[in-house]
Amino acid sequence: MKQPKYQGTQDYVASDELQEVVNVALAVGRPLLLKGEPGTGKTLLAASIANSLGRPLLRWNIKSTTKAMDGLYLYDTVQRLNDSRFGDGDVSDIKRYIKLGKMGEAFVSEKPVVLLIDEIDKADLEFPNDLLAEIDEMRFYIPETKEEIRALQRPLVVITSNSEKELPDAFLRRCVFHFIEFPDEHMMERIVKVHFPDLESKMVQAALKRFYVIRNKSNLRKPPSTSELIDWLHALLAMGMKPADLEGEAPLLGCLLKNEQDLVVHL
Amino acid sequence: MLLAFFYTLRTLKIPVGTQEWLCLMETLSQDLSGCSLDRFYAVARSILVKSEALYDAFDQAFLACFKGVAGDFNIKKEIFDWLNRMVDPKNRPELPPDVEKLDLAELQRRFRERLEEQLEQHHGGNYWIGTGGTSPFGHSGTHPSGIRVGGPGGGRSAIKVAEERRFQNYRHDRVLDTRQLKVALKRLRRLDRIGNRLELNLPKTIDATCRNAGDIEIVMEPIHKNQSELLLLMDVGGSMDPYASMMEALFSAAHASTHFKAFHYYYFHNCIYDRVFENMNLRKAIPTQELFRKYRNSHYVVFVGDACMAPYELFSKGGIIDYGEYNQTSGIDRLKRLLHHFPQSVWLNPEPERSWHYHPTIRAVASLIKMYPLSIRGLTDAINDLRRGPSALKVSSSQQVDATF
Repeated sequence: MKQPKYQGTQDYVASDELQEVVNVALAVGRPLLLKGEPGTGKTLLAASIANSLGRPLLRWNIKSTTKAMDGLYLYDTVQRLNDSRFGDGDVSDIKRYIKLGKMGEAFVSEKPVVLLIDEIDKADLEFPNDLLAEIDEMRFYIPETKEEIRALQRPLVVITSNSEKELPDAFLRRCVFHFIEFPDEHMMERIVKVHFPDLESKMVQAALKRFYVIRNKSNLRKPPSTSELIDWLHALLAMGMKPADLEGEAPLLGCLLKNEQDLVVHL
Repeated sequence: MLLAFFYTLRTLKIPVGTQEWLCLMETLSQDLSGCSLDRFYAVARSILVKSEALYDAFDQAFLACFKGVAGDFNIKKEIFDWLNRMVDPKNRPELPPDVEKLDLAELQRRFRERLEEQLEQHHGGNYWIGTGGTSPFGHSGTHPSGIRVGGPGGGRSAIKVAEERRFQNYRHDRVLDTRQLKVALKRLRRLDRIGNRLELNLPKTIDATCRNAGDIEIVMEPIHKNQSELLLLMDVGGSMDPYASMMEALFSAAHASTHFKAFHYYYFHNCIYDRVFENMNLRKAIPTQELFRKYRNSHYVVFVGDACMAPYELFSKGGIIDYGEYNQTSGIDRLKRLLHHFPQSVWLNPEPERSWHYHPTIRAVASLIKMYPLSIRGLTDAINDLRRGPSALKVSSSQQVDATF
């Protein structure tokens, strides 16, 4: 059976290269690792893939305290103890107290899903290593119930990272990697059009011009990214700004520059 | 040709393994990447390269292996002039169904032939070089293979993309901002559970109690403590002025890190002599001996300096350059003593690595203390070696250079 291909969606502009990479990940069944500046649409891509392929999206947000185990399953011993003392139900059936995590859910789903592991670099250094076998073989074992959970349909795993921590080599070797570059003006115009289909092009041009002048200042600590540009445009529209207002001192700079040193540099 | 590409990647220090290579071959055999070089570029990069820092090296390897393939032709300027007129994309003619797909060699042969024959401008049509039309030559046409001559391209070719080398800025060997330095420094953290003070581990207690069918079982653990201590010794001599901003970044990263049990810093001028200084203007000083008394030998010591000086400043007693000072112990002996007390020491040098060999004093210092470039990669390497312990910090005999003068 020929696999459906990802070709971007109405609400997400994917470069040719990016589409290619997503299709490679689909074809070889390996996780897709995405890096790039914050705000370049790493997380949105997963939603777009799910949308385009008609697959459900499961989202596993990683925090600094997340353990690999959390994604697989949780044995809710507290609930079981509570039930045994005060509650009802069959306490001897441990299965009732095994709650699958996001990865577990992705495995048991009847339909193939897109599993997003968001911001994997937030977790402990060892976290990716703990998932190697599960990602490789797409199955894991629950000792409490002597049960093996095996992926019915191989999910497409999308992993995003802001490179706060380096990922282990063994983990990287199993991934298809793509670095989402900051879009150039042409691409950015398309992206803006997607978000603001009715915005007149004069306004878009003026805002983009301003935006790139600000962004290209070399000494910014945190250069504004796509998501900040979109926020800024929203704010400009809400305030009823006209293209002419963008000349001279740029209004509502706080949407673009989030760092006080940057604001000082700019002023 | 592909295998040559594989080995070029490896020579450029991109860690590609057999596994990735086989994966690429599998992908290619699924005909995913079609036959175009552009698609091959995207696919190969996504599978073989796992860090944006290596994209630049990949671009170089790609250029080295595939540049000739795209073909270079000498084309007269006037041909470009009339070609470089815009054609409305909507007016592109439909391709006849029987259009030939040409392989590259054939295409290049015909292109040369056509260059010889053609005498005038052509637009549209299916034979000559020109704009629009279905001829494989020229631009804005619809031929599936073909050579674009002048004009704007629909998409950029992989070779062009690689040639731009847009990813140079992402290389590892650049020097960068405080945050990245902090991330690197964080790896020095050494958390151990030690000591007699115990603390209650609540989650583990609850878990153990529940598994114990409700009989309370308390789990106590020694307190988690960060054990690493860092001593930073920085050169603020005149020759270090160009690197002031780098030093500042490193210093503020180390200072702001909360990953050390203790962090101390001192300054020196060119080399370490009898005294080290507590501030940058070299006024307030303590005897270097004090360091041994104050700091245990489990400290990590990071020297930062260019180690460039006149040989006598390093090797002679009284070699100190500052007027009115005299050192009883030569700089090099002082360094040896420091190293003896603090076996976990590294030296970060902002001078370009390739020039180290030409400075006798850099060579001498590097033969004592393991030296790394002051860059993100240098710092990461240094920290990896520090973590491995003193044996990783031994300067190997092959690196030892003759330091006698």
